[in-house]
Amino acid sequence: MHNRKETLYEYFFFANAFTVIAVLLGILLLLVFNSYPAFLKISLTEFFTGLQWNPAGFENDSFGIVPLLVSTVVVTVGSMLFAVPLGVLTALYIAEIATPKEREIIKPVVEILAGIPSVVVGFFGIVVLGPIIARIFHLSNGLNAVNGSILLGVMALPTITSLAEDAITAVPDDYRQASLALGASRWETLIRVVLPAALSGIIAAIMLGMGRAIGETMTVLMATGNAPAMPDSILSSVRTMTATIAIELGEVPHNTTHYFVLFAVGLVLFIMTFLINLASDLILERYQEVER
Amino acid sequence: MRRTSFGIVFVLMFAALVFAGCAKGGGGGSNAVLQVRGSDTELSLVQKLSEKFMENNQAKIAVTGGGSGTGIASLINGEIDMANASRPMEDKEISQAQDNNVNPMEFVVAMDGVSVIVNADNPVEQLTMDQIGAIYRGEITNWQEVGGNDQAISLYGRQNNSGTFVFFREHVLQGDYSADMKRMNGNAQIVEGVKADTAGIGYVGIGYVVDENGNQVGGLKVLKVAKDENSPYISPLNREEVLNGNYPVARPLYQYTNGKPEGSLLNFIKFELSETGQNIATKEGFFPVPQNLQQQNNANLGD
Repeated sequence: MHNRKETLYEYFFFANAFTVIAVLLGILLLLVFNSYPAFLKISLTEFFTGLQWNPAGFENDSFGIVPLLVSTVVVTVGSMLFAVPLGVLTALYIAEIATPKEREIIKPVVEILAGIPSVVVGFFGIVVLGPIIARIFHLSNGLNAVNGSILLGVMALPTITSLAEDAITAVPDDYRQASLALGASRWETLIRVVLPAALSGIIAAIMLGMGRAIGETMTVLMATGNAPAMPDSILSSVRTMTATIAIELGEVPHNTTHYFVLFAVGLVLFIMTFLINLASDLILERYQEVER
Repeated sequence: MRRTSFGIVFVLMFAALVFAGCAKGGGGGSNAVLQVRGSDTELSLVQKLSEKFMENNQAKIAVTGGGSGTGIASLINGEIDMANASRPMEDKEISQAQDNNVNPMEFVVAMDGVSVIVNADNPVEQLTMDQIGAIYRGEITNWQEVGGNDQAISLYGRQNNSGTFVFFREHVLQGDYSADMKRMNGNAQIVEGVKADTAGIGYVGIGYVVDENGNQVGGLKVLKVAKDENSPYISPLNREEVLNGNYPVARPLYQYTNGKPEGSLLNFIKFELSETGQNIATKEGFFPVPQNLQQQNNANLGD
């Protein structure tokens, strides 16, 4: 009697896990089948090397993904430049230096950041951060890649901080004790022993934060100005892949080349985030093996 | 305890799915809410009109924006009862609609003078159509070239789902927009952008530069526009000049239904075109439908 119940539970959990995988495969197949017709009309070379994105042009349509790809990479890398030092150092502080009381204040505050709706972050970018950036760099307006980067960095902070903190906390206390026993100072222990020991976990945290930044849509759509030109500096207005899909999918008549090519953009985005997540998974796995 | 909470989560998930399914299929019934979607330029006007209409009628009307392209695409895909569009439907779109058994019927709800706006601090007062076109095509990039300060021009425009984007491209640019143009999501965003940007230039429906009392919105300057160098420069705030067709970027604001409108949709369109409706349009800053277009409206209404 008891065994039958056990197997039933097993099936139940298996069904859940299976559903998750089926959903992922389903999304991938949907993207592949809907982007395939685009390449009957436009060449892969044009799609991947074209420097112009203008799918509903006045005379000619052009479907070059490069400006969107570059914009996405610029904004994402920028957000990491902002979020990684801040996030990792905050994590180190919470895990190693803070008193229990400080920890109880800082941790929830960082986590609240994750709960701010992206549209509110974007609004902040338009009315507060944009004008500040414009004043600092003497621009006429602040809707550009830097604005998007900082906002995305803020949004990726909670992910990076809490995962990095987990990794740092997971470093066995023996390491610290051994280091201190050998005469290293607390600072040396922190930088030379704890940080390297937690490094793969921290890298995985960064990768996951990056995965979040790359796929974020609403905030970048609001804060970056959405000019589909090839960005010539971080102060240019840019338009990311996610923003392009969000903007254009609502307008496009179904089953046209423009419609299909948006799915192709989605497929490229999917593959990018998938690879980043896969990489972070592999790193995490290696890290756990070392621990064992 | 654990077990029951699993069960609850599952029930909730299924309930959510079922509800989502119902909500989506709700467009067809006779008591359904009339769905009107499209032009951002027409959004507040049609909202005002529908509010007034609903005060005296049983019908329910939901008006949403998203841009003319969104409205037209939704009409083609059979998702809505009426599309607002600040540009006419293209032949390609009409044939796409017909392939889906949708027969677009055109109405003109009001006239609009597309206003070219700059920051209030910009010394430039007037531009020709050619100059505006060259600015937006990215050929003129400094205000100095058109009599302003030595400052790089910062372009504000709309997404390509906007009817105003398309109208401006066909009538003013006759070419592609500069890729450096910032693509904003609506008229209001352009107004806010240009207010904050001393080098900015933007284009919006007249309804967005005039407040409820018919005064111009602060922080902006509405440029006078001339057909060419030899024509007079005319402001869209000058009602008579827009109505008699002298303002070069005036346009009709359209609405499209699937086939001849019936029931409350028919009553709503009749209300929009009535004197009360046209007065509301005027109060919103737009202009009443001229005679020749009124006749077209009546023909399509079946009167």
